[in-house]
Amino acid sequence: MSRSRAGGAAAANWLARLLNLVPYLLARPGIRIADAAADLGVSEQQLRDDLRLLWVCGLPGYGPGDLIDMAFDGDRVTITYSAGIDRPLRLTPDEALSLVVALRLLAETPGVTDRAPVERALAKLEAAVGERPPVAVRIPGDADQLQRLREAVGQRRALELTYYSARADRITTRVVDPLRVVVVGGHGYLEAWCRTAGQVRRFRADRIDALRMLAEPAAPPPQARPRPIERGIFQPDAALPLVTLRVGRSARWIAEYYPCEQVDDSGPDWVVSLRVTDLDWARRLVLRLGPEVTVLAPVELAEAVRAEAAAALEAYATPVGLAAAAAAAD
Amino acid sequence: MSRARTERLVNLVICLLATRRFLTAAQIAATVPGYEHDPDDPRAHEAFQRKFERDKAELRALGVPLETGTDSIFDPEPGYRIARRQYALPDIPLAPDEAAVVGLAARLWQHAELAAAASSGLTKLRAAGVDPDPHVNLGVEPVVTVDPAFPALVAAARARQEVHFDYRVPERDAATRRRLQPWGVVCWRGRWYVVGHDLDRDAPRCFRLSRVVGPVRPTGPTDAFTPPPELDLLSYVARERPPADRTGRATVLLRPGYADGVRRFAERVTSTPDGDVAVLRYHCPESLAAWLVGYGSHVRVLDPPEVREAVISRLKEIANQPSPRMLAAAVAGEPMEGRAA
Repeated sequence: MSRSRAGGAAAANWLARLLNLVPYLLARPGIRIADAAADLGVSEQQLRDDLRLLWVCGLPGYGPGDLIDMAFDGDRVTITYSAGIDRPLRLTPDEALSLVVALRLLAETPGVTDRAPVERALAKLEAAVGERPPVAVRIPGDADQLQRLREAVGQRRALELTYYSARADRITTRVVDPLRVVVVGGHGYLEAWCRTAGQVRRFRADRIDALRMLAEPAAPPPQARPRPIERGIFQPDAALPLVTLRVGRSARWIAEYYPCEQVDDSGPDWVVSLRVTDLDWARRLVLRLGPEVTVLAPVELAEAVRAEAAAALEAYATPVGLAAAAAAAD
Repeated sequence: MSRARTERLVNLVICLLATRRFLTAAQIAATVPGYEHDPDDPRAHEAFQRKFERDKAELRALGVPLETGTDSIFDPEPGYRIARRQYALPDIPLAPDEAAVVGLAARLWQHAELAAAASSGLTKLRAAGVDPDPHVNLGVEPVVTVDPAFPALVAAARARQEVHFDYRVPERDAATRRRLQPWGVVCWRGRWYVVGHDLDRDAPRCFRLSRVVGPVRPTGPTDAFTPPPELDLLSYVARERPPADRTGRATVLLRPGYADGVRRFAERVTSTPDGDVAVLRYHCPESLAAWLVGYGSHVRVLDPPEVREAVISRLKEIANQPSPRMLAAAVAGEPMEGRAA
C-alpha cells in the first residue's frame, strides 16, 4: 500500500471512529474511559484526545448549548448532549458483506454447538442490511464426529484416540488432552496435546477411527497452546526436507493441492518443490502419483522410490503362499 | 487527516444531519467552521471549492449518504443535506447470544481487507449498543481464507457487472481470458468458486478463485444482466453425485503390521501365515491400482487380474525411470550435494 493511501485510510478511520464514538458512549453512560478505549481498540490517551476534539464540535451556532457535551466523573465519562449524532453510520456494503458471510460460514460449520443464535443473528443482520450478498457457503463434514470432539473439549476430559496417521501410515491408539476443534479447508481437526508425542498435534476428524472419553480430566501441560493456523493447516518449516519433483501434466494438480515452496510451470513438465514432514510419506506419495512424477531431489528419496517399486515387482515374481491363496479363495 | 480537517468534517456531518433544507455550498461556507473565506476573492473561493469537493468525497467514501438537491425550483443552485434515515444504522435488536456470535463472526476472516471491514462493522454495532460477550465460543472454530479475487468478484456480482480475468487450469499450459457475468461466489469444501454466465461458452460455468491469474477486471455498465430467478449458487458447484458404485472386489495381501491405510478401507482382513488377506471394494480399477502402488511392497494384489496388471505395469514404469543421479545433472545449476536431505 502506498504511503498516501495508508494515510488516507488512517484519516478515514479517525473520522469514522469519531462518528461512532458519540453513539457508543451515549449507549453506555458513565463508562470508564479505559474500558471504552480497550473495547474500541485505541489507547486511553487517543480516546481522551478524541473526546477533546468532539467537545468543540456541534450544531451551527456553536454556542454552549450547541456543542457536543459530556460530563466527566473521575475516570468515567457520560455524553450529555450528542448534537444529533446519536446513531452510528449504517454499515457499508463491505462491512455488511464481511459480517453476513462470516455468519453464514459459522452457521454452516459442522459440529457447531448451537446453530440457533447464529441463524437468528444472520436473519436480523440481513434484514437490517436489506440485501443478501451473493455468496453461498457449504462446509460438508461429519457433524456427529465433530460434535463428539467438541464435547470432549468442552468437558475437559482426556480422550483415547484410535488414529490413522497418513504420515506414518499407521493406526495407533493414544491418549490426548483436547485443546480445540477447528475446521480448515473442508476438514475438521481436533487440536490436542498428544501424550505419546509430547507435542501439540492436529488430528483430522475423518482419520479418528475410534474415540473414547476417559474418566480422567484433560491435563495439557502449560506449554500446550493451540498452534497458529492462519496460513493453513500445514506450515512448511525450513528445517524439513525439501523434495523436488518433475511433474507431468496429469499430476500437475499436486501443485494446487499441497503447499509448495516453488513451482516452475514454464515447461510441459512442471518442477515442484515442497517441504515434507517425512520422506517415507513422500515415498508413498510419489509411488501413488506413478510414472507421471519423477523425484529430482533428494537423491535418497528417488532411490527409495525405485527400490520400493523393484521390491514390489520382485514379490509379484514369486508364487503366493498356500495359506494366503486359500484365504483369498474364500 | 489533520485535526482541523477532522473537526471540520465532524461539524459538516452534524450540520447536514440537522438541516431539513438543502444547504448550498455558500451557505455551508458561511456556517461550518473551517470553510471561512472571502467569496469575492476568486483564488480564495477556488480554494474553498477544492476543499469542499475533497470533503464531500471523503464523506461519501465513508458511506455517508450525502444528498444533493433543491428545495424549490427557484433555487438557482443545488444544495446538500444528509437524510437521517439513510445515515443511521437501523436498530438491530440482537439478543446476547446473537450478539456473541456476531462478535465471533467478525473475528473469522484471515483476509486483511475483510477482517478490517468486519471489525469496523462490529464497531458500528457496538456503537448501537450491542455488547458481544468475548468469551463465548461455538466449540468449533472455522478458519477461513479467501483468494485475492474474492472481493472484486463479489463486488461485480453485487453490481451485476461483467468481468474478465485470466484463468489457468493446471492441465493447460497457458491462462486463457474468460468473460463472465458473475452471479455469485460459493465456498464449497474450503475452496471458493465464482458461478456465472460464461460469455464465450454462452453457458453457466463455475471457476475456482485460486486459478484466477492476476486482477479481475469489471467491464461495461452495472446492472448489465439479471441472474436466473430462484438461483441456487451451490447447485452449480456442489453437484451431489451419488457415491460411485463400488461393485468391484479386489483381494490383496498385506505385510503384517503395515499398510494401515489399506486396512482401514478393507471390507475384511484375514490373517494367514503368508500375510494378511484383505478384501477391498472399488469402483475404478485404475485408481485403485494407483492408490495401492503407493504402499509399495507392503501390498500385493492377488485378484482381479486387471488390477494386478495395472499395478505391475505402473511399478515397472516407476522402477525403469532414469537414475536420479542422471536427472540431477539435468537440473541446471542445482548441485545435489548442497541440498538439505
